[in-house]
Formats: sequence, structure tokens, C-alpha cells
Amino acid sequence: MTGAQLTEADIDEIALGAAVLGTGGGGDPHVGSLMAKRLIRLHGPVALRGVDDLTDDDFVIPIGGIGAPSVSVERIQAESELLAALAAIERAVGRRPTAVMPIEVGGGNSMIPIATAALAGLPVVDGDAMGRAFPEAQMVTFHLAGYGPGATVMVDHHGNEVVSRPVDGAWSERIARAVTVEMGGGATMIDYAYGGDVVRECAIPGTLTLAKRIGRILRGRDAAGRELRDDERIDALCADLDAVRLFEGKVADLQRAVDGGFTRGAAELDGVGADRGSAFRLDFQNEMLLARRDGALAAVTPDLISVLDLATGMPITTESLRYGARVAVIAIPCHEKWRTPMGLLTAGPAHFGYDVDWVPVEDIPRERRALPDSARTTEGKAA
Amino acid sequence: MAGYRIGIDVGGTNTDAVILDDRLAVVASVKRPTTRDTGDGVADAIDAVLAASGVDPALVSHAMLGTTHCTNAIVERRGLGRVGILRLGAPATTAVPPLEGWPDDLRRAIGDHAYLLPGGFEVDGRLLAPIDEQAVREACDRMRGEVDAVAVVGVFSPIDESQEERVAEIVADELGLPVSRSARIGSLGLLERENATVLNAALMQTLTQMARGFVAALRARGIPATPYFGQNDGTLMQLEYALEFPVLTIGCGPTNSIRGAAHLSGATDALVVDIGGTTTDIGVLVDGFPRQSAHAVEIGGIRTNFRMPDVLSVGLGGGTIIRPSGDGVTVGPDSVGYRLPQESLAFGGATLTATDIALAFGGAEIAGLATPTVDPERGAAAWTAMRAILEDSIDRMKPNAAPVPVILVGGGGIIAPAELDGVSSLIRPDHFGAANAVGAALGEVAGQIEKIYRADPSDRRASRADAAAEATDRARLAGADPDTIEVVAVEELPVAYSDGTAVLIRARAVGRLAA
Repeated sequence: MTGAQLTEADIDEIALGAAVLGTGGGGDPHVGSLMAKRLIRLHGPVALRGVDDLTDDDFVIPIGGIGAPSVSVERIQAESELLAALAAIERAVGRRPTAVMPIEVGGGNSMIPIATAALAGLPVVDGDAMGRAFPEAQMVTFHLAGYGPGATVMVDHHGNEVVSRPVDGAWSERIARAVTVEMGGGATMIDYAYGGDVVRECAIPGTLTLAKRIGRILRGRDAAGRELRDDERIDALCADLDAVRLFEGKVADLQRAVDGGFTRGAAELDGVGADRGSAFRLDFQNEMLLARRDGALAAVTPDLISVLDLATGMPITTESLRYGARVAVIAIPCHEKWRTPMGLLTAGPAHFGYDVDWVPVEDIPRERRALPDSARTTEGKAA
Repeated sequence: MAGYRIGIDVGGTNTDAVILDDRLAVVASVKRPTTRDTGDGVADAIDAVLAASGVDPALVSHAMLGTTHCTNAIVERRGLGRVGILRLGAPATTAVPPLEGWPDDLRRAIGDHAYLLPGGFEVDGRLLAPIDEQAVREACDRMRGEVDAVAVVGVFSPIDESQEERVAEIVADELGLPVSRSARIGSLGLLERENATVLNAALMQTLTQMARGFVAALRARGIPATPYFGQNDGTLMQLEYALEFPVLTIGCGPTNSIRGAAHLSGATDALVVDIGGTTTDIGVLVDGFPRQSAHAVEIGGIRTNFRMPDVLSVGLGGGTIIRPSGDGVTVGPDSVGYRLPQESLAFGGATLTATDIALAFGGAEIAGLATPTVDPERGAAAWTAMRAILEDSIDRMKPNAAPVPVILVGGGGIIAPAELDGVSSLIRPDHFGAANAVGAALGEVAGQIEKIYRADPSDRRASRADAAAEATDRARLAGADPDTIEVVAVEELPVAYSDGTAVLIRARAVGRLAA
């Protein structure tokens, strides 16, 4: 990874891959990608640092946006917020940042660190603290390893700066939510800023290059550079990621509501093609968290559930789901760090209030054959 | 009393006109070349369809014009007005200034007058920043004589339009130019709404010229009809409304052809392949209506936030230019467009087009024309390439791998082979060449409302019902027969990170045009 650089041309692929890893949340990376491309154009390419290449002297800054996607696409960040946040953490901790890192590789927050790195002339770390996107601030691998959020910085477009030192991740989340509401529903945030030693221990490595690989496949090239037809892309992606193609269906019903600062809801899908005759339900809280086929578990957090446009393979966010959309649902096994007792306690089904036991997605048996009408109920029971 | 309807569709190549009777049966359909001044082609098509039908002009009660004029203006960067952009969002939004990500040539057409000024609201209705009227006036001074229209875009203006309204007043007062306000064009999503608003402003003159020609043509023939324009969802806009919202005419072409194809063929579920002079547009008919796109829609390389029909547009039409390239050929993407009858080989011109290839290699015929002479190897390669483009495009739009019925419409239809892989049946309905115009004339009218409601999240029924009732009322005011109005969509857009009681509700009602 040493010596690698991110140029304007890499950004769209990373953004697309991040939208898949964002599992429907994290916000649409479109705005962030415009920001990153513009700042790279103005300030030059961004150096990519491997997680293992960080030294103990490094001070790594995870930076991102917090808030509602509907705010971040409307009240876009001020450029000044990015540098102000870096300056604030330096003042609060007394260490000068040497690298920037995504806190999550999903959605818009994959892009803001790249934009910040370009603006500040710093490298960006090829890794993140989730390997995906999650809705709450303590759902990071630092937390799993027993590290607290440290000094957290929040800044807004007006120049307001809030520095807090929450006692743990849960408090960080509560305080950040409250501040975000006052800052108009969106803010720029730094937390879990650590030295290179801690980041080497905790970060999930290689996720920006993973996002780029996903983006490349969905834009029609496999790992070997072979051109893919539109209808081959989803299968090529699953093969590359050891992911499972869960379901193909049409969005038949959609409920969305705002509850406690999150967009919660569910989408009901009617099967098409090989899945005709089956029903599928997706539950989400910003991200897709639980998938059920005919009532039986199909995949559940912390494994990644992504919704892709059936025809084009393009990822669809929970915000852009529409009635009638034809989609493919895939599940990607999450990183091992999430499959530990601490990982499951932090981001497993029970944390989100789902009364199901976590089962690794690759171990869930599935029946993908279209069934005659008379067999529907049987399948529901058997699965 | 119910009268006749004239439906006209102006494409890049042909202008089609139909007359429907009061039961929506086609009385006559004609096709005329689109002219450089599109008004001449429209007038010509009206004369021809009146002559072909023998209908008394005085009995024509409605005239509908569907046009790709605005779409073409954007795609070809031709005839667009220069636009001044006032974004009310500072100190926020500076990380992505206006026109970021626009293709260079389109940026040049729009000009270099974008200003990021103080203003905007927060999601909960608080002020982000007050507007600075002095700064607005200074921006106007700098735009004076340099722009043809102005786009005003405020952060969270769909929640509160007051700043945009005030700034629009100042601009109108200072410059006397048409102003597009973003809250009236698009929904939440600043950049997409801004892009749509800028395009709308750029198209104001473009459509005004076209509308003037249309109205003059109707009056000169003693047609007393109310003029309407088709919009992207298949419904109609009255003239004044269309002039204010020209960008809404974008996408009406494909929508009209999908709806026209359904009406002419009686099919309710099929792919509609509309081959024109410059492009082939493929849409999907589901339960009699066009499938909607699930994504932000790109127009001329720019992301906007309309709801649009899900259409795949590929650069292959009857006028597509075929050129030798290495051992083989390239197919388009450029086209001789409306100059087909002058420029293609078959018509005695010097340019090899897709129509020539279809005549020479596809067994197509045009009455009175001889088969043009084409190099056999290159011609065969071109025919294979054209077929592959169509088959591949159809495959991409199919709901699944099963063969689908395809309704073939549009004037360029002769360039399609008689059989295509993956297609169960190829339907060429009567009047297929004028399906666009038929779709335009079917015309339904819509009413739409978008409003922020505050209510307990567990019980939004009253809010939804209120929005639905208001949309129904607007559809009636827009001319829909009350007995036919249906509420077709009620969408809730939650306003997150607010106090939890606010929700943006958008409702849409559609009805048949009252006779």
C-alpha cells in the first residue's frame, strides 16, 4: 500500500463500493464524492497509508459527518468545518494529526476523510473502524477492544466547536446526538483519535481499497479486468466478497418513520424470477439490519445486508427505496471482530431490539427455488 | 361538449400529429420533418393532420404538445440561456459550490455567474442565516447583461420558501429577467434541486419560442383549443405553467410513447421500444403505466431529483451516422436528425445512416426509394452492430430473463430487425409512428402538493388525508374531471434529527382531462 495515491479518478469507484458497504445507510456518497474530487483537483492527490504502515508516532484522526442523511444532502458541509475540526482536536489533545481515517467505510463518511486529507495535505488510512456503516457512534472496533472515544470534537457551519470527553462510547453517542440536534441535524465529528499503535490494533485494514474493488466490479470490470455485462455484476460481486445472493424482489410496501433521531422502517418485497412466490422483509435503522424470507431469518446484523438495483447492480439506500423498485438483496459476512461476544453485544440483533439469534449468514440454509403456490406455507415453516 | 383532440409530438427528427375523437380513437396520424424553427414543422403537421382527418378546426377542443425540444437543448448544449445562480446557504455548503460535477461544455453554456450568498434554513425551520439584500443586489449588478435568467436556490427552501421568494422579487426588480425558484422545481437534496432549477432557468427562453409558434399555429387555423404541454410523468400542463417550468417537459417524450403504445396495442405489461431519428428510448409498461426510475435521474450528465420514467436511452436512431473504423464500423452516437431526407444515402444525400443500412441489409423498405449501395462487409457489420445494440438494451430493461413482448413505436422503427433475441413477440401497432402524439393527446392532468405537517408520528392518517384532499383539489383546478381523479401517490419524507413530529408529505392526484 505504501506509495499508493488516491486521485480524482478513484473517487467514484470508492464511493460506489462504500454505498454497498454502507448497507443502505451512511448517506448517499454523492455529495461527499463531489467534495473529495473537488479538493483533490484543487490540492493534489491523497497519499494512502496502510494500517500496518502506521508508526507509534502517528496520530490518526477519524473524521466524518454525523446526522441525518436528509440534512447532509441539503445543508452541505462548509469547507471550513473540516480544517476547524482538525485544529480543535490538536488543541484538545496536544498532538498534531499525521493521518486522517474514515470512522466507517459506508456512504458519505468514506468520502469526508479523503476530502479532509486533500485539504489538509495529510495521508488517509486505508482502513476504518467498522468495515461497513453502523448508526451509532460506539459501534466501532475501538470500542470492541476496550478503548473509549477520547476527546471528541464537533464543529458546525457557523463555527461552533464542542469538545467533550465522554466516559464511554454510549455517552459519546448520547452527547453527540444532543449536540447534533442543536447544530441543525448535522455536524462534522472527530472521535476515537488515537496513535498509530492503537489504530494498528483496532482498525479493519484495507477497506478503502476493498470499496474501490467493489465499485470497479459494479462499474463493469472484474478483478482480472474483464468486462462484465450488467446482469453479471451482482454475481461477480458475490463471488469476490464471499457474499450470498439472498433474494430478488419488487418493493411492495414500505414504512419509514423517524424515531429517536433514526430513520427506522421496513420494506416488504415480493419475489420475482427464481424467488417468485416468496416474500421478503427488510428491517432498517438507517442501515439494513435484518432480512427475513417468508418469516424465517435470512441474514442479520452485524453481517452486511445490501440492496442493489436488480437491473443495474447499483446500490440503493434506505432513503431512496421506492415502491415498485426491483432489487437484489445480498449479504456480506462481516469482519471477524464483529463476530466476537463483544462485537455481537455491541451491534448484534439484540442491541437493535430484534428477537432473533445471530447466525453467520453463510451458515443459514436457504431455498432459492420458486415454489408452486401450494408449497408457500410449507416453506415458511420449514425455513 | 366533447370535441376532438390534436396531439403533437416534436422529436429531434420528426414532428408527429394525431387527431383523436371524443372516445380517444385515432382519426388520423401524420408525420412531418422537424424543422430548424420547430414552429414551422408544428404548423405543417397541424395542416396535414387536419387535411388527413377532414375534421373542422373549430371542433378541436384541446391541443397537446409533447416536445423533446428542451431535452435536446440540454443534451446537445444548444439554444440554452445563460443562467445566474444565487445559492442562499453561506456559511454552510461551501465544500460543494454550484455547478460542481457539471460537464465542462454545459458549464460554459450556462456561464460563470454562480454566487454563494448568506441565507437558508435549518431542518427544524430555524434560520440558517438571514439573506443579505445588499449582497443580492451586488450579484445582480455583476450579472447584468451577462445572463438570460436567474436560478434562486435556498438551503431547506422546500420547508420554508420565504427567502427564495424575497430574493426572486429583488432579482426581478433589479434585472427584469425570468427567475426560477428551487422550491417550486424539486424536493430535498440541494445539489439535485439546484441542478434542476438551473436547467429550468436555462430553458425558459427555449420553450417560450416554441410555445409562441404553437399558439400562433393554432390561432392561424381557427382552432379554438386550449393549449397544453406534456410533462415528464405523462400528465399535462397548461401553457403558462409550462413556460414557468420548462424543465418538466423533459421526459415527456418517452412517457408519451409508453402510454401511447399501451393505448394503441391494448397491452398492459411489455417493453416499449421507441426508435426515433437520434435515439432509441426503452421504457417498461407495468400495469398500463410507465415504470418509474428508482434513482436520481441524470440529464445531459447532471443529477437532478425529478421522478422520471425509467427509460434507457441509447444513441441509435434512423438518422444515426455509420462510419468506417479500422476493419469495422462505428455506429453514432451522432445523427443527421431532422436532415435525414436531405443527407442520408437513400434520399440522395452523402451520409451513411442506420436507415440506409436497414434498407440495404435488413429488408426494410421505404415506398418510392431505391436500396442504397453500401459496402457489403461494412454494411453487414453495421447491421450486426445495430441489432446487438437493440438486443443488449432490451435485455438491460427486462424485469427478468424470460422473453418479453416488445411494442415497437416511433418513426425509426424500420431499423429494427423482424425478430430479436429475448423477445417473445414484436408488436407494431397501427399508427405506431405516432405513438408519442397519441400518448400526448390521451393526457391526464395532475395536482400535486408538498407540505410539512407536524403531528404525532403514530397517527399521520389525518395529515396524509389532508394532503391527498389538497392534491385532488389541485387536479380538479388544473382541469381534471372530478369523477376520474385518483390519488396515485402519498409519500412521507421524514424530517430526521428534528423533534420527531415534522414530516414532509407529498401527494399526487391524477385525473382525465374534463371534456
